[in-house]
Amino acid sequence: MIEFQQIEKRYRTAAGDVVALHPLDLAIPAGQVFGIIGQSGAGKSTLLRLINGLERPSSGRVLVDGTDVAALDGAGLRGLRQRIGMIFQHFNLFSARTVAGNIAFPLELAALPAARIRARVDELLERVGLTAQRDKYPAQLSGGQKQRVGIARALATEPGLLLCDEATSALDPQTTASVLDLLSGINRDLGLSIVLITHEMDVIRRICDAVAVLDQGRLVETGPVTEVFLHPRHPTTRRFVAEADHDETGEATRVRYSDIRGRILRLTFLGESTFRPVLGRVARDTGIDFTILSGRIEHIRETPYGQLTVALQGGNADAAQAAFADAGVHVEEIRA
Amino acid sequence: MSGWFEHLDAGKWAEIGTATLDTLLMLGGSLPLTILIGLPLGICLFLTGPRGLHAKPALYGVLALLVNLLRSVPFIILMIVLIPVTLAAMGTSLGVRGAILPLVIGAAPFYARLVETALREVDRGVIEASLAMGARTRQIVWRVLLPEARPGLIAGATVTTVALIGFTAMGGAIGSGGLGDLAYRDGYLRSHTDVAVVTVVLLLVLVQALQMVGDRLVARFTRR
Ligand SMILES: Nc1ncnc2c1ncn2[C@@H]1O[C@H](COP(=O)(O)OP(=O)(O)OP(=O)(O)O)[C@@H](O)[C@H]1O
Ligand SMILES: [Mg+2]
Repeated sequence: MIEFQQIEKRYRTAAGDVVALHPLDLAIPAGQVFGIIGQSGAGKSTLLRLINGLERPSSGRVLVDGTDVAALDGAGLRGLRQRIGMIFQHFNLFSARTVAGNIAFPLELAALPAARIRARVDELLERVGLTAQRDKYPAQLSGGQKQRVGIARALATEPGLLLCDEATSALDPQTTASVLDLLSGINRDLGLSIVLITHEMDVIRRICDAVAVLDQGRLVETGPVTEVFLHPRHPTTRRFVAEADHDETGEATRVRYSDIRGRILRLTFLGESTFRPVLGRVARDTGIDFTILSGRIEHIRETPYGQLTVALQGGNADAAQAAFADAGVHVEEIRA
Repeated sequence: MSGWFEHLDAGKWAEIGTATLDTLLMLGGSLPLTILIGLPLGICLFLTGPRGLHAKPALYGVLALLVNLLRSVPFIILMIVLIPVTLAAMGTSLGVRGAILPLVIGAAPFYARLVETALREVDRGVIEASLAMGARTRQIVWRVLLPEARPGLIAGATVTTVALIGFTAMGGAIGSGGLGDLAYRDGYLRSHTDVAVVTVVLLLVLVQALQMVGDRLVARFTRR
């Protein structure tokens, strides 16, 4: 459990103070994959680095499992950091150490006996699927492999929390997907909490349970991903969601609504309702006809959701709209 | 009629042999000490310097001034100024023994700067990752900075050794012996060109060999 209490961060620069974070409150529950999304310069990295004390707040407190990070002395802070793993956009691997040497580093810091280090390194190599690369140097690896080494290194000391600073931003889409799967699996199997920052809503949709949206150092929206992704309120959130949508459906499948008669609704199905035959039943009961203008079924993490844009013609459109709502479908009227 | 090799009799060759040995002894005596002093000094400069892990502007200012002072004094002046100190410390200011102290004091600050530069080349992200894993400063220095900067540190040591050879050549002026001394006395003062050519060739071979070994080591430890 991480709590930000009235946290504020200013950087002193020659040109004056830069406010990276305006005072904000945020609680991140344990066990979840929690995403923080925002544009470049929104303050994401700053927020993340406050958690393991790489940055100090200008005011306010950060509590990690009840401990005030700023109140820790040197030894206390190092202890906290050994219990928090971190991975980076540019991997930050030791170029002079092999894959196995990189993973062994945090264990060497903890002064574990060599045999135990070796056993643990083997176990981690297996977990991230890099057993065959153990004696290679980072320069000999692909980006995805490097990030897997970063993940294994971050997990070496069995931390309860993993911080990911744009961990997939330097990777191609396919590699991104495999790294996200790995992270998601680690969260599920080890019960490890993950806080990740990104500027891609798709990353949030794939693996996060909850999300916070940062905009110019302010927290503008937060909640479960199913809620924030499907019903974004703040303009910044809407823009991120639109970008993610755009990636998947593309303009070509959108229909120009002006050519269509009737009332146009967007229906959002979430969870089990996604696969229930709601549409046909409502049509029969209320005598409407419908045309599907666009539609898709996707997943938010493991939760399925469907979004349909339909035009209703004939029958009782008001009754149909109410019937959809009764069936647990979220209804948004695009055109009356 | 004076031939090309008229001064190179058996006695002279023996003298050249001794001079070569003296040069090697001066290098062998001063290089380890230079590194022993220059390396920690360079690490201090890096750690206390701007954006360092323990930025201490005042201490850095003092260290940097000292290093710059020693580097800006021409070596020949440094040697002469240090004669009393050398006498007190080593019992003589002549020969190989007398040369070691000024050589080290001249070369260590030079190496320290090269060390600082090499450490600055280490990726900041890597240092940050070490901090995030809970490493202490000492662990970061030994386990991260020095291994990551190893090629740069070796290249710096090579440059420093070559500079030391240059310094030993100036030692002739205060009678420290060695190839440079011989070239100066026989080659310049007595115009024995043949002796000068031989000593210069020997120095060249020495520099070339050192550079080659240095470059090999750098290549061996470069993992990028
Ligand atoms: N060490 C620093 N000194 C001065 N200003 C800084 C420093 N670090 C960050 N900032 C400023 O604080 C603001 C937030 O930076 P931060 O790195 O947290 O953003 P970010 O959301 O992670 O951006 P990005 O997506 O580009 O990584 C930016 O305006 C940045 O310029
Ligand atoms: Mg950032």
